[in-house]
Amino acid sequence: MNLKTESNKGIVVVFVREERLDANNSEELKSELNHLFETGTKDVIVDLKEVRFIDSSGLGVLVSGFKNASTRQGTIKLSGLQTQVKSMFELTRLHRVFDIYATVDDALENR
Amino acid sequence: MKKKIALEITIPNQTRYLGLIGKIGENMAKEFDVTVCDREILASQLNIVLTESIVNAIKHANATDPNKEVHVRINVNDCDLSIRVYDTGSGFDLNKIPNPSFDSGSLNEKGRGIYIIRSMMDSVEYRRTNGGNVLEMKKKLGQG
Repeated sequence: MNLKTESNKGIVVVFVREERLDANNSEELKSELNHLFETGTKDVIVDLKEVRFIDSSGLGVLVSGFKNASTRQGTIKLSGLQTQVKSMFELTRLHRVFDIYATVDDALENR
Repeated sequence: MKKKIALEITIPNQTRYLGLIGKIGENMAKEFDVTVCDREILASQLNIVLTESIVNAIKHANATDPNKEVHVRINVNDCDLSIRVYDTGSGFDLNKIPNPSFDSGSLNEKGRGIYIIRSMMDSVEYRRTNGGNVLEMKKKLGQG
């Protein structure tokens, strides 16, 4: 899976550089998020700008990240959701759970 | 003129083929006469429904055994679409799968696949067949 991780103003931004976030690759994002939280990162932004398709496995990995962040008093925010991805969050009501921003910059500004 | 399309696909029991099958579903939607919803929405729904049902067959029914196969049949008969996904596992009771929790305090990582399929298709059935099981999903594409 093509992931790029950057640290910005104390927040780690994970760019998911894949067209699909599905059962075939989502475990790698889960490992990355687990690693970040286990090594002391508190606040994470996952940027999905390049993701055109997400399935229930992809959503599940983000839920796992949300729970992981919550138990450590951290945060996980999402940015750059394309139309189809956004509609999957709405269908599963996860848009009420996550803080979702148009861009990484918007997410960084709303600390 | 009546339109009839039948497609049969067999893939190894591996998630690496999900993108391929999803794309086939999206491209097929462009050939349908759709009046019940936007064609682009149908294309993305077919991608999702095929992905979710095949993952279900790979991971749950076929227990991630790489030597097994998943068979998919897509039929369009005028305005009736049916997708059948066959597995050779021990099966499960579709009616015993609850809807996922929507409460942020009791979220589960898993358990959204069947809910997503049910939300996008008109009917979903899972039953025994010769040597395995089939998940059958139907959707009306138009009036008639």
